[in-house]
Amino acid sequence: MSTPSPVETLSRHELADLQLTKLRQAVDRALSTSHYQAKLAGCGIACGEDLKTLADLRKLPFTVKDDLRQAFPDGLKAVPQSEVVRMHASSGTTGIPTVIYYTRADIDRWTELGARSAAATGCTSADVFQNMMSYGLFTGGLGLHYAAERLGMMVIPAGGGNTQRQLKLMKDFGTTVVHATPSYLLHVYDQLAEFGVDRKDLKLQRAFVGAEPHTEDIRCRLEALWGIQVFNSYGLSEMNGPGVAFECVHRAGMHLWEDAYLMEIIDPDTGEVLPEGAEGELVLTILDRQATPLLRYRTRDLTSIIAEPCACGRTHRRIRRIKGRSDDMLIINGVNVFPSQIEEVVMKTAGVGSNYQILVKKDGALDSLIVRLELDAPHFSDDMRDLEALRSRIAGNLMTSISLKPKVELHEPGFLPVSEGKAVRVIDERPTLPEGPEGSCP
Amino acid sequence: MIIKQISIFMENTTGRLAETTALLAGAGINLRAISIADTADFGILRMVTDKPDETLALLRGSGMTARETDVIGVEVQDHPGELARVMALFRDEGINIEYLYASLERKKEMAVIIFKVALVEKSLEMLTRSGYTTVSSF
Repeated sequence: MSTPSPVETLSRHELADLQLTKLRQAVDRALSTSHYQAKLAGCGIACGEDLKTLADLRKLPFTVKDDLRQAFPDGLKAVPQSEVVRMHASSGTTGIPTVIYYTRADIDRWTELGARSAAATGCTSADVFQNMMSYGLFTGGLGLHYAAERLGMMVIPAGGGNTQRQLKLMKDFGTTVVHATPSYLLHVYDQLAEFGVDRKDLKLQRAFVGAEPHTEDIRCRLEALWGIQVFNSYGLSEMNGPGVAFECVHRAGMHLWEDAYLMEIIDPDTGEVLPEGAEGELVLTILDRQATPLLRYRTRDLTSIIAEPCACGRTHRRIRRIKGRSDDMLIINGVNVFPSQIEEVVMKTAGVGSNYQILVKKDGALDSLIVRLELDAPHFSDDMRDLEALRSRIAGNLMTSISLKPKVELHEPGFLPVSEGKAVRVIDERPTLPEGPEGSCP
Repeated sequence: MIIKQISIFMENTTGRLAETTALLAGAGINLRAISIADTADFGILRMVTDKPDETLALLRGSGMTARETDVIGVEVQDHPGELARVMALFRDEGINIEYLYASLERKKEMAVIIFKVALVEKSLEMLTRSGYTTVSSF
């Protein structure tokens, strides 16, 4: 078992001092952006030094996803372009993506947090790390890629999908650790026999799972099926990506790296900060990032804080597994999708009406997304090929917008219920399993 | 001659077909030929009726997604090999058939094959030249 680095075991008092110093710097950086200059006007904080204690954080307004949309593309950029070395983007609620910039130091810090996370699970430079998350604008791929290299593991940058190739890589290179969504990891297991791979020929010992909410039951199933340890991972692109919070070897909640992030739990309806241990929406302030500072960012993820000390000796508090969302965002095979993105595409597409329904269900271990639309009567051509072409054109447009190819169904006008609210338009048939406490696998 | 075929874009659910045919029956419309192409979510019901204009008005009036399409109806002997001969003609002329279906004409002991093609005029000319009778109703 690895020894935590000194910063992971600071006393709570030392940690608080460090946080206050960093928070003041973060506020100063934020105030160098046009967005925060306007947003912080009138809250009584004109510079970082105006924060006397950590509790003064509450004087600052929340930052929400829509702020990033309004600041697009550069309203939240706190450094000159020449200092930016990378950007990542995630889906916005409409066509405008949520963009985060990184300086070299930002990438370095993110990498360090990821390496620290992987080390906390017991990984060492002897491990072989196969990254099954998609590379690209999505942070799930590149984030842990560099972190694993930093720790000295050999990285297999497999990316998402192509199960047959994943299994071949695992076998050929003796993969000991994988990073995947829990549903994909179940899917890979289901495919072992299909591709003629014997579990005994694989050296897998650990899996990092994240990007989608899952239950303790799923973790236990994965651990039992594969005979491995499964570690829960938390991250979001607005807070860099994976490596925000990670489970240690005790697998009983995720240590949130409090030297890098300030966490609060709020009531999503009132915005009131809730006492430690209460369940609510996680609000995060990123302390070190230079290029895109974000203060009190509402993650919309629902969880609670575990304040009890962990047996591993780390003093950074843990969060429980994410229970769900406080908005209507859907997580489909690890990809974040807002119904409003789908609506936007539907409204712009000729040949179908404006009424739609979104159905999400399980197809084996994986999620499947079905978008139901009504044919626009004047576009009925009597030729099946025209209808199939319309169907695939819409699927293609949706793919461009949400990075996920849905199955598009065409229905008779008037078939879909006319919905009065968004909830009726989204039907999520994925089973919700009973929730066990963290670390309850037999 | 051209047949005015009526097509309906129809939900692929239980009872939808019963509903539609009952509607036609209620209006005294006689179905001369009928065919369905279906997918998991929707189907296209294609039919030839004795009163195409009335049929279309009735269906649209009932809120259904219906349209009229020009198709060709060819009379052939009700014997083995007759369809094959007609198909060979289309092949030799290089005319692609989008879909076809058939109906039996008991009074004349003939079958009527209904074709949907892109090249309507060319097909009609070819069939007439080859001695076939095309119909506008039957």
